[in-house]
Amino acid sequence: MHDNEHASHHHEESFISKYIFSLDHKMIGKQFLIYGLLMFFLGGGLALLFRWQLAYPEKPLPIIGASEQYMEEGEVVTGADRMWENIYESEKEEWLEVNMPNGVVEPAFYNMLFTMHATIMVFFVVVPILVGAFGNFLIPLMIGTRDMAFPILNMLSFWLAVLAAIIMVVGFFVPGGHAAAGWTGYAPLSSDPQWTGVDWGQNLWAISLLIQGFSSLVGSINYITTIINMRAPGMTFFRLPLVIWSLFIVAILLLLAFPVLSSALALLIFDRLAGTTFFTATTEGGGDPLLWQHLFWFFGHPEVYILILPGMGIASELIAVFSRKPIFGYRSMVYAMIAIAFLGWIVWGHHMFQSGMRPGLGSVFMTTTMLIAVPSAIKTFNWLGTMFRGAIKFTTPMLHGIAFVSMFVIGGLSGIYMANTPVDIFIHDTYYIVAHIHYVVFGGSLFAIFGGIIFWFPKMYGRYMNDVLSKIHFWLTFIAFNCTFFPMHILGVGGHMRRISNPMQYEFLQTFEGMNIFITMSAFTLGFAQLILVFNFFWSMYRGKVAEQNPWQVTTLEWEAPTPVPHGNFGQIPTVYRGPYEYSVPGEEDDWTPQARPEHAPATSGD
Amino acid sequence: MLQWLPENVSTFGQGVDNLFYGIYYLTLVVFILVMGTLIVFLIKYRHQEGKRADYIEGSTTLEIVWTAATTVIVFGLAMLSYPQWNNIKSPTQFPDNPDVVVQVSGKQFNWDMTYPGPDNELGTDDDLKLENELHVPVNAVVHIRLTSEDVIHSFFVPQLRLKQDSLPNRFINVWFEATKAGRYEIPCAELCGFGHSGMLGYLNVHTQESYDAWVQERWP
Repeated sequence: MHDNEHASHHHEESFISKYIFSLDHKMIGKQFLIYGLLMFFLGGGLALLFRWQLAYPEKPLPIIGASEQYMEEGEVVTGADRMWENIYESEKEEWLEVNMPNGVVEPAFYNMLFTMHATIMVFFVVVPILVGAFGNFLIPLMIGTRDMAFPILNMLSFWLAVLAAIIMVVGFFVPGGHAAAGWTGYAPLSSDPQWTGVDWGQNLWAISLLIQGFSSLVGSINYITTIINMRAPGMTFFRLPLVIWSLFIVAILLLLAFPVLSSALALLIFDRLAGTTFFTATTEGGGDPLLWQHLFWFFGHPEVYILILPGMGIASELIAVFSRKPIFGYRSMVYAMIAIAFLGWIVWGHHMFQSGMRPGLGSVFMTTTMLIAVPSAIKTFNWLGTMFRGAIKFTTPMLHGIAFVSMFVIGGLSGIYMANTPVDIFIHDTYYIVAHIHYVVFGGSLFAIFGGIIFWFPKMYGRYMNDVLSKIHFWLTFIAFNCTFFPMHILGVGGHMRRISNPMQYEFLQTFEGMNIFITMSAFTLGFAQLILVFNFFWSMYRGKVAEQNPWQVTTLEWEAPTPVPHGNFGQIPTVYRGPYEYSVPGEEDDWTPQARPEHAPATSGD
Repeated sequence: MLQWLPENVSTFGQGVDNLFYGIYYLTLVVFILVMGTLIVFLIKYRHQEGKRADYIEGSTTLEIVWTAATTVIVFGLAMLSYPQWNNIKSPTQFPDNPDVVVQVSGKQFNWDMTYPGPDNELGTDDDLKLENELHVPVNAVVHIRLTSEDVIHSFFVPQLRLKQDSLPNRFINVWFEATKAGRYEIPCAELCGFGHSGMLGYLNVHTQESYDAWVQERWP
């Protein structure tokens, strides 16, 4: 104990060891958060580029696109025209000239845009924020310890993620362009450059994800070890807050799932660079394109739950805190998460119903997939039960928590259509799938992330985020999100395929032109609304209202630590006396009873 | 949402649509109940000065009820779906003695159709190769031998409620019976390269007379 106290009081650090190569879990968490927010803008920007093409196929982009006169008669009218004139006159083959001449998105560039949008959002935004940022920041604070079990591994995890991001971004500028085989990288499209013309782009994509895999692996080992070994006295497993449970389960999923992707990526690299044929069927024998799909989705489906489980954990915290009530059915919430994580391993085939996999397997995977509705329903009903007879405070984090639940309900219900094999024949590979994934990952995970950021910001930076800006951001995001993604269900029901750059090439999709334009306008609104969040985030870091130690009156341990949290977190490690959701306990004066508050009238109070 | 579903013109399509409608109404009811409850709770149990939340930790009975109810519903739904799925996709359950057999092969970025001709054998001199045009008679069982020459494509006819990926060096059997003459689009539904958007064939469903005339013209 003495050594630790020494560490927490007299820890002097240089700028580099404090802010850059930091070993402190809180700083690493914040680094992951800012990393994720930066990548969020890259990923979102790519989406806006291809949304423009979908609404106005083969029309130049606004602002940077060439004017009509220039495109038809070569007459320079606008500043953008001058830019294009310079690009065409230069000797070099400019990047813009190859990918979007005159500001029109080329089909090959379009494929690269949606491939990279998904890759970045999944691997470089949602996982780093949910697992990297919240995992690092919250685990030691909420279980009551001074840091992660392996601080150096923790730092390594962040810097590997940075290396992966750099390699991923470099891929945009190599000859042949970036990976364009979808984020799912189906072979043989991805495994042989002759089918796409993409050369090092796809290689860098695979190498970057391999490195990102190591980063996750290192992080997950750290989380698991820390949660098992370093809980404060009295913090039993069933006194862990649900967000810690969710991160614990997710760490196990990451540990087991990512190596599967890594091996698939390694085989892909061999196929591309060493002439092997793991994923190519040749007449002489060789491999099988379906092998890639099995490996990818055996990783990919647990990955989907990696994206949503921490969101569920965060939402549970928000809903309990702001309903001022214990979580309804705490244990069944834990078991439901374990059930989801377990079922996540035996449902991967539902991505492959139309792939040519044996039809009998389709029926098996339909059954297991449908079963996921059960734990999902348990969680939803328990969130409702938590609000039942509560005293609900509509703070901005709570609004995000409520949005999470409602969007998750839509995302969950739309999943039933796709799990159903006969219905999936029709909606597979259509916008229905796109709508579903965005309701789960944006409507679910991102609303939880936004809520979590606003909720824990006072502990992270000692200040509140500006509430007016937060509320504007919430409502704009909530409305624009639904306007963007709900109509995609309708597109899907109309048979609108995903991953096509120009729907107007098809007779049966002509009626959807107006809807595509509406979706694009909503998507731009949604994109601009996120600028408010980022402005608010950085502005509040320096100018926000100073927050007290426990502004939301929360029971869990992170709020026992002083604000800003010093190195080593707690003066003295707290002892835990009760579960994490003791709100409105009868007979107590306050409507919250902290986990670390000793039981009433301890007989041996004198020391 | 329902009126957006394209017209169905296959024998098995109605089964798919019925399941779709069934799930639609089921999920709609669940959605309204859950959202209704949520909204009522949000209004009724909003924070009011001097009022405290009730300390409720949960209810085992309720947990058992909603676990059991959801399990029964999803298993029921799965039971209803097996026969439809097998009818469409399981080669052992395809109708025998097809009226027409065609090999369809995806190739960046076209659908190649190969008819075996009067000898009913592929790879002989009387084969007929057509690019992006598939001709079949109405009310007849069609078997398609689906394959690909390069990457994965997906044979999709929205009005038939039929979709199947095509794979290189693998032959996947697909069947359908169209119930209405017309010309329908066959988009590729699986990303297959820069020309994926616009990879488009046509399914021409003829009346029997018009189909016979077409056959007569090709193999006089």
